[in-house]
Amino acid sequence: MAIEIAQDLPASERRKLLDIWETAPGIYGWLATVDHKKIGVRYLCTAFFFLVIGGVEALLMRIQLAQPGLKLLSPEAYNQLFSMHGVTMIFLYALPMLSGFSNYLWPLLLGSRDMAFPRLNALSYWVYLFAGIFLYISFPLGQAPNGGWFNYVPNTELQYDPGINIDIYSLGLIFLGISTVVGSANFVVTVLRCRAPGMSVNRLPILVWGTLTASVANLLAVPAVSLACFLLWMDRRYFTHFYVISGGGQPLLWQHLFWVFGHPWVYALVLPGMGIVSDALPVFCRRPLVGYTLVAISTVSTMILGFGVWVHHMFATGLPVVALSFFSAASFVIAIPSAIAVFAWIATIWTGRPQFKTPFLFFAGFILLFVIGGVSGFMTASVALDWQLTDTYFIVAHLHYVLLGINVFPVVGGIHFWFPKITGRMMDERLGKWTFWTMFIGFNLAFFPMHLIGLMGMPRRVYTYSAELGVGGYNLLISAGAFLLAAGILLLLVNIVRSRTLGAVAGPNPWDAPTLEWSVSSPPPPYNFAVIPVIASRHPLWEDRLDETTDRSTVHGGLVLDEGKETVGVTVLDAEPDVILKMPGDTLVPLLTALGMMVIFCGMLLINFWVVGAGAVWTAMVLLVWLAPRDHAAKERPAVHG
Amino acid sequence: MKRSAAGLFSLLMLSNCARAPLGYLEGEGPAARSIASLGWGLLGISVAVCLITGALLVFSIFRRRAQTDGLGRGDDRSSLRWIGVGLSVTTVLLLASAVWTLWTVRGLSDTSRAAEVNIDVTGQQWWWEVRYRSDTPSREFSTANDLVIPAGVPVQLNLRSRDVVHSFWVPKLAGKMDMIPGQTNRIRIEADRPGIYRGQCSEFCGVQHAQMAFFVIALAPADFQTWWNHQLEPARNDPKAIPQQTFIERCSGCHAIRGLPAGGILGPNLSHFGSRRTIAAGILPNDSGNLAHWLNDSQGVKPGSKMPELHLAANQVDALTAYLEGLK
Repeated sequence: MAIEIAQDLPASERRKLLDIWETAPGIYGWLATVDHKKIGVRYLCTAFFFLVIGGVEALLMRIQLAQPGLKLLSPEAYNQLFSMHGVTMIFLYALPMLSGFSNYLWPLLLGSRDMAFPRLNALSYWVYLFAGIFLYISFPLGQAPNGGWFNYVPNTELQYDPGINIDIYSLGLIFLGISTVVGSANFVVTVLRCRAPGMSVNRLPILVWGTLTASVANLLAVPAVSLACFLLWMDRRYFTHFYVISGGGQPLLWQHLFWVFGHPWVYALVLPGMGIVSDALPVFCRRPLVGYTLVAISTVSTMILGFGVWVHHMFATGLPVVALSFFSAASFVIAIPSAIAVFAWIATIWTGRPQFKTPFLFFAGFILLFVIGGVSGFMTASVALDWQLTDTYFIVAHLHYVLLGINVFPVVGGIHFWFPKITGRMMDERLGKWTFWTMFIGFNLAFFPMHLIGLMGMPRRVYTYSAELGVGGYNLLISAGAFLLAAGILLLLVNIVRSRTLGAVAGPNPWDAPTLEWSVSSPPPPYNFAVIPVIASRHPLWEDRLDETTDRSTVHGGLVLDEGKETVGVTVLDAEPDVILKMPGDTLVPLLTALGMMVIFCGMLLINFWVVGAGAVWTAMVLLVWLAPRDHAAKERPAVHG
Repeated sequence: MKRSAAGLFSLLMLSNCARAPLGYLEGEGPAARSIASLGWGLLGISVAVCLITGALLVFSIFRRRAQTDGLGRGDDRSSLRWIGVGLSVTTVLLLASAVWTLWTVRGLSDTSRAAEVNIDVTGQQWWWEVRYRSDTPSREFSTANDLVIPAGVPVQLNLRSRDVVHSFWVPKLAGKMDMIPGQTNRIRIEADRPGIYRGQCSEFCGVQHAQMAFFVIALAPADFQTWWNHQLEPARNDPKAIPQQTFIERCSGCHAIRGLPAGGILGPNLSHFGSRRTIAAGILPNDSGNLAHWLNDSQGVKPGSKMPELHLAANQVDALTAYLEGLK
């Protein structure tokens, strides 16, 4: 078998690739697609939908808190809202949104035609969607989770919370964890295997570093919370005593298991966001990122340190002071890698020539919010000071500066940046700038005063507060800011909807950006790359102008691979081409697997083992079909050096 | 000029914060004071870092540049120097803050001065049980939601929970300490001067977490002894009196009063109720009108509270109100 190496691929060849790679039309194709771009866009849209839902929950709470002693919401309704706001934003928006970017972009950034496991990718999305629906059926039942996203026991044991609220929480998080874990495994294998020849580890975009680091962390952290939730469900429905003192259990076990997961997870929610900025900000500074290697190392080291700081969520639990001091010191140290990134970004702007496009505004605004969120985190790292700060609105301010600042702002900047790639059309600049300023001012109005009311001692997670605390005026301002921020999100939505059909046609590389995704048409063809590119530097599209080395990437010439759904597999570090991978086509199997799992979890919620059994048999049968050996394995071709 | 005015304004705003009833940037006892000075220090560093990085960011965006087209070069020494300088300054600040923190923790853990009073505080949904310990069992007694301490001496608190996790917090006197079922966490508080300090549950503990407050009342040591002796006095037991009969019939299943055959332990001990500051854990000021309101509509005042709707007749409410308010 000859491996064809072509320069400009003729139209007939492109037609052939299109026939091989294009998703089937109609409803079948919609349900059966394994195209990473379609799955990525689904992730983005679903996560955005949950952002809006979580935002509406926040606005309801802000109306209630606008003045002391308001009675718009009952205490129970408020507690369900703040719990679901946290669960929604943290589990159903923040990570899936980043997964959406990475799903869409990774193969394009890496020079591959798809992710390593396209069917697993589809499964990951369907499970995410179903777990989201599972968590939200609680609202129509009037029994949404009401123990906070942190769900401390024993307040969430059956004795104190007899409804199904907490069962939905625990089973929902276990279900969602499956999506996170298979998605993370897919990212890890993809970066190890599915890159263009020459895309060695020192040439990976920082977004890839961020998502890779976050994915490895998820593989290690998510099992802790799944286990914690499973034990809680057993406690509640099968009368085990993992967390119950009277049976020899230990309430602090929940807190340890939860935060061993929870703190690394927080970094998993921000590192890909920081990656978006590290990759896209330099485009608007017209120069490469300053300190690429240091930023990549800081990404990984943040995560490693992030596994050693969970006890700073438990400073007031009465653990020995020596242990607390260790975790306090570790929490200070974790600021060091963040400082590297901040100064790398500022140096990039300083030595570059900023172009004031909308994405640049979001990324520059992000740096300021990152610093504010960072220093408030630095204050809470101090164990003694945290004994006062913890569980006040100061923490609410801190976590929103971190999560909105380092997740939402880069994400919205990223939407403006990659929208032309995804849709082929530009977003409106004028509306984009309005969006930025509305969001930026609204965000700071809503969250900056929270530092002050936190220092004034307003406790968190309260449905009302006394006028004597003297925080009524600030709270009114905060509520007004929250609505302004929401208006900014609305402007973004308007811009997206309008620009999809009315935006200026973008062309392949509207920002004159250096990375591989901009070398293909906008939107990219289903096969991504007509020929597999060969990479010689971090900036394949800027090589001629940067002229750093004599090597040149070949973006429009390379392996064709048109004998079926194929992409190239490479060696781990140096990205030498190693094997040609046969990729699976459209299939309903992931959807059917996810449906089977949904049945299992609904059965567990109903405590009906006939339903659980039916779901399990269904899932097992679908998995058999999924895993059945296929004849194409015999046709794998040997290594090729193109 | 403008900058210093802004700085002055924010300083004023922050010291205003410090004076709020739950503000902890101004301590009224040794523990809270040492945390407050650490707080001002770290806050100062934080504000300075934000201002300097913010200024660098703004300047890096708007500084004048030579007009050139084309792309900037990759890493050179001057751009990498940014990271070097930034990293060094950060590391020094972090190290100093960590040392300061550990120094403060060391001071807070110092127990060389013996505590003169030993009090058990037990959190429950959604009120505080307070029991004064003594070597002489007959001098022990229980009360609720008011924590009376002598000023100027360390007081040892043994914190427990009867149900879920709560957190004990009197910001003017000390940092938080959680109350966790199955364990006893100890903390010391000390008030410099006689006064009234607000406290609040600060771990989410269920539907009425927001309305679980209390007050610490620091008395001069002599007044404290008088108060303690007064607390030991039983109520006048008059089995024929109608109000007392109503109390025994309707309330004693959950509430106790010293001197009466009423020993309920599910709700707060109501001995000397009339001298307490508030009703329902810091929610309503303690007066006849509010007490009647509470007895008539506990679920309206504090929805989800464990105090049931009693459906008392109007004359029963009046009798109970007068009786309880009379227990000074």
